[in-house]
Amino acid sequence: MFILSLIRTFAHSKRKKMNVAVVKYNAGNIYSVIHALQRLGVNPILTDNPEELQRADKVLFPGQGEASNAMRYLREHGLNKVITDLKNPILGICIGQQLMCKHSEEGDTECLGIFDADVLRFQPQKHEDKVPHMGWNQLHFVQRKELKPLDNGLFKSFTEGEFVYFVHSFYVPVCAHTIATTDYIQPFSAALHKDNFYATQFHPEKSGSVGERIIKNFLEL
Amino acid sequence: MLAKRIIPCLDVKDGQTVKGTNFVNLRQAGDPVELGHAYSEQGADELVFLDITASHEGRKTFTDMVQRVAAEISIPFTVGGGISELRDVERMLSAGADKVSINSAAIRNPHLVDEIAYNFGSQVCVVAIDARLDENGWTCYLNGGRIPTERNLFDWAREANQRGAGEILFTSMNHDGVKAGFANEALARLAKELSIPVIASGGAGCMEHFRDAFAIGHADAALAASVFHFGEIGIPELKEYLRAEKINVRL
Repeated sequence: MFILSLIRTFAHSKRKKMNVAVVKYNAGNIYSVIHALQRLGVNPILTDNPEELQRADKVLFPGQGEASNAMRYLREHGLNKVITDLKNPILGICIGQQLMCKHSEEGDTECLGIFDADVLRFQPQKHEDKVPHMGWNQLHFVQRKELKPLDNGLFKSFTEGEFVYFVHSFYVPVCAHTIATTDYIQPFSAALHKDNFYATQFHPEKSGSVGERIIKNFLEL
Repeated sequence: MLAKRIIPCLDVKDGQTVKGTNFVNLRQAGDPVELGHAYSEQGADELVFLDITASHEGRKTFTDMVQRVAAEISIPFTVGGGISELRDVERMLSAGADKVSINSAAIRNPHLVDEIAYNFGSQVCVVAIDARLDENGWTCYLNGGRIPTERNLFDWAREANQRGAGEILFTSMNHDGVKAGFANEALARLAKELSIPVIASGGAGCMEHFRDAFAIGHADAALAASVFHFGEIGIPELKEYLRAEKINVRL
């Protein structure tokens, strides 16, 4: 028991010292990610300073908002280049995931082009298909030879079908970078991964203990 | 598959939770943040905090509470009560709320719905409607059910939908506090006529009532207060029951 608590204290202090940055831009709901990190014992910095973002151990790119306004802001502040050039692990959340793709139908917007995929608007097929897709839905994991085992990633120790919280009207179709899918109207990309770039369409910061595990896994990458 | 949501509602007065039966007779039931946290641990899908304080100081206390909820609880939450203009919405969102619910203010000034949707997005805007079935059909009421209006439930819900509401939270005053089930017929009609999610409220007494709100009323979510606050129904048992009844819920 004593050793266990020592390990825990060590893990906790290690995390506390971890340098985590949250990208500061004109999107809403950034504070819920900061609160989620604080609940894990991490005090992130909120910054749009290129050096601070490059120096961070981990970068989070969260938010809710409209794609064309967000991209305009990122370009005006030179953040588009900074984000695409990052070598440290970065996690895009919701609009963050969409902005990391090539193009978004929302406002016909050229995005960062990190993931080779386009962002489309949900097209309801029947009356029950409400847009935005809002609420708790299930994750299905993509198993492919070229992907590293899930044990190394965002979904370490996850089981099929766990629920996470979504709020969005636009989606990324299933593509070469998809590591998890969710079914709504059709299967779409719930999470993407390429090199040091990670992204989720859902909100881990609002997904209870499941979301907490995802953020923790990201911090421990 | 998208899960049906179970939402405990906490009425908050001067920083404490209370619950009215038929909108009067308030009983004390605990600290809202602690209670909210307990519900989140038990598997609640969302929380609603309603400010029923009228005073200016009470509002300040409520805003402080919203900040505490945002810091401590990791599931989405809606706040309502006393939100009458865009400035109030902004105050609640910057305190950390995910959504705001507007009720009387939206009927008095329907344009508020458009403004919230335009400035913050539809997903933020929950339009709450208190309605009573009488000889003229379903009539909307103002001020926590005290003042009848000329508005019909279905007409107003459709209008709110068109103006950009993200969800409709419908409370049947005939059913609220009676614990005999939700207003399933009206719920089913709302589900059919609207293109946005409907949250059923008012009437939960036992687990079957939740099943019926989903299976017969086609509600997307069901909200209740006293059955949860007084421990009459536990959220884990409720969800197990619903799962066994083939209702898709998050376990």
